[in-house]
Amino acid sequence: MHPILKLVAERLGIGLLLLLAASALIFGLTEVLPGDAAQAILGQGATPENLANLRAEMGLDRPAFTRYFEWLGGILTGDMGVALTNKLPIGEQIARRMSATLFLAFWAAIISVPLAILLGLIAVRYQNRWPDKLISGITLASISLPEFMIAYILVFFFAVKLFWAPSFASVSPGMPLLDQLHAISLPVAVLTLVVLAHMMRMTRAAILNVMQSAYIETAELKGLNTFAVIRKHAFPNAIAPIVNVVMINLAYLVVGVVVVEVVFAYPGMGQYLVDAVVKRDVPVVLACGVIFAAVYIILNIVADVVSILANPRLRHPK
Amino acid sequence: MFKNIPLSAAVGLTITGIYFLAAIFADVIAPYGMAEAVGDVWEPSSADHWLGTDQIGRDLLTRMIYGGQTTILIATLATVLSFTTGAVLGFIAAVSGGWIDQVMSRLVDLFMSIPSLILALVILSSIEATVVTLVVIMGLLDSTRVYRLSRAVAVDISVMDYVEAARLRGEKLTWIIFREILPNALSPLVAEMGLRFIFMVLFISTLSFLGIGVQPPLADWGGIVKENKEGINFGIGAALYPAVAIATLSISVNLIADWILTRTTSLKGGRG
Repeated sequence: MHPILKLVAERLGIGLLLLLAASALIFGLTEVLPGDAAQAILGQGATPENLANLRAEMGLDRPAFTRYFEWLGGILTGDMGVALTNKLPIGEQIARRMSATLFLAFWAAIISVPLAILLGLIAVRYQNRWPDKLISGITLASISLPEFMIAYILVFFFAVKLFWAPSFASVSPGMPLLDQLHAISLPVAVLTLVVLAHMMRMTRAAILNVMQSAYIETAELKGLNTFAVIRKHAFPNAIAPIVNVVMINLAYLVVGVVVVEVVFAYPGMGQYLVDAVVKRDVPVVLACGVIFAAVYIILNIVADVVSILANPRLRHPK
Repeated sequence: MFKNIPLSAAVGLTITGIYFLAAIFADVIAPYGMAEAVGDVWEPSSADHWLGTDQIGRDLLTRMIYGGQTTILIATLATVLSFTTGAVLGFIAAVSGGWIDQVMSRLVDLFMSIPSLILALVILSSIEATVVTLVVIMGLLDSTRVYRLSRAVAVDISVMDYVEAARLRGEKLTWIIFREILPNALSPLVAEMGLRFIFMVLFISTLSFLGIGVQPPLADWGGIVKENKEGINFGIGAALYPAVAIATLSISVNLIADWILTRTTSLKGGRG
């Protein structure tokens, strides 16, 4: 077997283990903490007998180990049980909200990734001159504020003062695409700003790192023009770090989306999760939590695999 | 140590100092009571109410001062918890090595593979959010990051000759950690502390904004945004004051952290 395939297979194996462990951690956290679904349904005034009866009815009296695997099987087959608060099937809710969230994240990614790489390149090209300083200044400002603050600042100026975009992202299924995009323009802008800062900073660092290597200097001393140096020497070596940066930041979107959806009352996964936490609807929290965690972990695994594949030294072993 | 202090660090220290003093002496400097309704709904700023009033007529400056007190208190305590736990465990892992290191490091990997906000949400769905539980949750979740840093720093130090000498002298683990490793690992840790503190301020604000952090009647900066967010749609900027507070505080702490890092890592006369 080619050594690189072995590395990739190893990484995927570890990734699977991590996914399993993370699901167990999330399930375990709600297990060890006081209170369970039966308690949540019956509330404060529950007698011990009532609690015991309901627990038996819901199957909560069986060992945690059995319930974990049942739950995990349910998540994998899409049967996630019903929400405590409104008795609606969680799976259906999640399917609908997931596509809404992906729609939002998709547009944020489409805009922020090329923009971040371009601005990162500009920052490197004009290193330590005003474009670089301006870019790092904006970066510092935007990572000094939580996502929801950036959101309200944008709403205040662009929705309330200038009427450019709606302050609530209400999207209905039959809406034309252009109207939908207009509705989500502010949430997309917030998500873009949030990941842009990190992504630009990391792209800048990654490219600078490559540009300072000895082989770039050699290429320059050989008399190659700047374009050739970048195309033949810098770019192939910068792919891995840049893809890594992009993936890490897409994973970061996972967290940003939770807060941004709440601000703009956008009917996605994030809002579902936060609502469920406020209402102490543990089955919903578990299902959403494990999905968010899985997306985050999978994106990180993809980042690792891509950087293995893009590493020329691993691709062409001696 | 304050000689030749660069302008940026001086600005950072001044602003951070003002925020901490305002937090400590909130009871003295706040013009009104925290929960006292003293005016109309969302009054504009005036001589009586410098920042105007909030959604139920409480003085916004007072709310901001008490809010800052809660936010800064929780963030500070969580940072302290995060550092003591993370650094001690990280040093133990680095000094012991072997299976202790393996088990702790893999466990930390697991916790870090899930975003802190998601973990915090899962935990807060089962337990009541109080100042104590919030500090514990945030501090422990964040200690994984401190663990990684301190372990990495301590691994480099623990192979030094003077640590070897201490081991051969037969010193105990606590001696090696606190007398040999800690003093030499301090400067990267102190700089990191600034960044973790900012992260904590953002974290607690986000939780409170989502309604699962600091609970009323306590005020905090994230909560003030939540309470006043409806005003934004009427063009009332009450919810934006916390943004200014958080941004200025975190930028000034950043400036201090930068200064500490460059000062302690510079080769010429770093430690003063």
